[in-house]
Amino acid sequence: MSAWIADLAVKKRKAGRVAYLNARLVDPASGRDEMGGLVADGETIADLGPHIARDGIADDIETVDAEGHVLAPGLVDMRAHLREPGFEHQETIHSASRSAAVGGVTTVACMPGTDPPIDNVSLVHFIERRARETSLVKVHPIAAVTKARGGEQLTEIGLLAEAGAVAFSDGLHTIMNANVLRRALAYGTIFDALIVHHAEDTNLSGSGAMNSGEVSTRLGLPGIPAESEIVIVARDIRLAEMTGGRLHLAHLTTAESIDLVRRAKARGLEVTADTAPHYLTLNENAVGDYRTFAKVRPPLRAEDDRQAAVAALRDGAIDTVVSDHAPHDQDSKRQPFAQAAFGVVGLETMLPLVLELVHNGHLSLSDALATVTFRPADLLKLKAGRLQPGWPADLVLIDTETPWRIDNKAFQSKSKNSPFEDRPVRGRAVRTVVSGRTVYRLGGEARSVLAKIRPA
Amino acid sequence: MTAGPAPRFPHRHLLGVGELSPRDIGDLLDLADGYVALNRRAEKKQEKLRGRTQINMFFESSTRTRTSFELAGKRLGADVINMSPATSAIKKGETLIDTAATLNAMRPDVLVVRHPDSGAVKLLANAVNAAVVNAGDGSHEHPTQALLDALTIRRRLGRLSGLTVAICGDIAHSRVARSNILLFNIMGARVRLVAPPTLVPTAADRYGVEIHHDMRAGLKDVDIVMMLRLQTERMQGSFVPSEREYFQFYGLDYDKLAVAKPDALIMHPGPMNRGTEIDSEVADDINRSVILDQVEMGVAVRQACLEALARNLDDPEHNR
Repeated sequence: MSAWIADLAVKKRKAGRVAYLNARLVDPASGRDEMGGLVADGETIADLGPHIARDGIADDIETVDAEGHVLAPGLVDMRAHLREPGFEHQETIHSASRSAAVGGVTTVACMPGTDPPIDNVSLVHFIERRARETSLVKVHPIAAVTKARGGEQLTEIGLLAEAGAVAFSDGLHTIMNANVLRRALAYGTIFDALIVHHAEDTNLSGSGAMNSGEVSTRLGLPGIPAESEIVIVARDIRLAEMTGGRLHLAHLTTAESIDLVRRAKARGLEVTADTAPHYLTLNENAVGDYRTFAKVRPPLRAEDDRQAAVAALRDGAIDTVVSDHAPHDQDSKRQPFAQAAFGVVGLETMLPLVLELVHNGHLSLSDALATVTFRPADLLKLKAGRLQPGWPADLVLIDTETPWRIDNKAFQSKSKNSPFEDRPVRGRAVRTVVSGRTVYRLGGEARSVLAKIRPA
Repeated sequence: MTAGPAPRFPHRHLLGVGELSPRDIGDLLDLADGYVALNRRAEKKQEKLRGRTQINMFFESSTRTRTSFELAGKRLGADVINMSPATSAIKKGETLIDTAATLNAMRPDVLVVRHPDSGAVKLLANAVNAAVVNAGDGSHEHPTQALLDALTIRRRLGRLSGLTVAICGDIAHSRVARSNILLFNIMGARVRLVAPPTLVPTAADRYGVEIHHDMRAGLKDVDIVMMLRLQTERMQGSFVPSEREYFQFYGLDYDKLAVAKPDALIMHPGPMNRGTEIDSEVADDINRSVILDQVEMGVAVRQACLEALARNLDDPEHNR
């Protein structure tokens, strides 16, 4: 099957009027799930509903037959490492945007762990300019909480927010000094800033390379205990309560830390959390025989923890699913396990892996899509993630049924470090639309074939 | 200058605004009013503290407050001695109480004390016979500053009660803010605190003040805008990300001032960080800024305080 990805010239073209017909409209925010059509006028959604069918559409409007596929809001990925500037050999905003387009992701919030890091206004402007010039999807920068992500001095949270930073995070650097995080949360309240925090006690983790447990002992690898996450989550929740700040805990992986969030929410705290597809679909056994593609931070945990993460999506203890896209070149991963880099690429596999939860009966389609559409958009206060007249025509057409196998070599990302190589999955994006313009299409007549994707 | 006998000041020391009644404050301000007039004459010398010894003990550096107290004492005829940490035995390891006992043996009449630790001035006051004036202790109180601010406002606007005052900046570390909050509360003015959450002290809302993190909301329709100094070391990312960001959101400029009352007064206890907490133009606006008035009122208020305390020194009831 062939696939087509738009080149950058698409951005210069005026978005026309397009009617998407014969679609299953799924809008998690409103609960809409019905057959019908959607009309995009230019860059925004003009109308949608069961009343939109071929009969009522004027001749001069371009039509797209959805063939009964799901038409949903384009995915919003609230945490991805795009590596530009500084690590362009691993990924660029452009290559990541192609990866996003294939994955049905129309909005990406990028992490500040670049070189130089996104810790000042000029870097925010740089990301915005590069996104404007080179990205097929929408990219919004997340700025650092502390200067150089050093965990000590606050960044100019107010000026960065005004410049366009949608959230604040030190990436994989835990702010170990509780007083610094306390001040960040307190100071952030002025601007209603979302502080996204990686919860890991660096002293407990030490030089750990994988989950601490029977597998790590057998492999002789230094372990990262579950407590490493739990103690920081407990601490951070107290600080959020103390300051009234908006705390978002990044990639939670343990049953206990997730339960702490569940209880904090029950007490009425505004704490939110996310996890990533690999924590929902894999456990520590994926490390197998020292497979460095399964080396992630936090580490893949025990099976009980994985099940707890899935359950947390169901009951709302975890709000969103993020790609945690972390591209690494071959040299970073082709290493003895303990020395290999942490991270997996995820933009292209997020949707099929989330659909896996639907096919396995854990979540309804609407509930699953909620975690990757309006919920992350709302957290970032972005006008995205909803099928609603007047909102941006950022759309994804999803074939939820067709089985296929993940093929790392076919990734649009510059890096191929995925532990999901050859995994059989069901469903994928067949068309991705950003601001009314199609940027990706699977099958159909190919204008330029840029990716050969292996049939099932 | 003033008619009739001066009212008795019912305190041995002046340690904080918290211990003063509305009447105490009113009397001190009345007395100070007279000194403002006297200080504008060529002949400023008075005899009220003739023969008295005043020691200014500044354990923390200060130019304006120390000079102000020195002038106040000298104009009242006292013998004034300045003692600073650099030349004091404190440097040699003497405890504060021992220093106090030593000085006490020299029989001074008035001690003016500034100390970086909250509560230190009271500790010292308990160990001496002299009347003690708190010239600022840690982040606790700076009563003469609050009194001089009150005098400045009263002379400009004729009253204190019913006014709305915005105190802006580093409230958490400010003794000026604490003394002023107390004084305005006592005198029936409304107080708003304007600062980022990192610079508002814990439980500040229990002081009967409104707290604003948005400066424009905090300055809306206020009669007085009182700016506080933000120390540079607190602007490097610990309490506030940077001077640039602080000025953007909490610096007083004409844009933010526009929401205050059209004739709102601008005050600053000094020394100012121009371009950090206050725009230069605003600071120099002769129609609005009373920053130099505050300095002038400072001497008069301190004379009033010294006189009130000295009067009690003659009263056996107030002598140990």
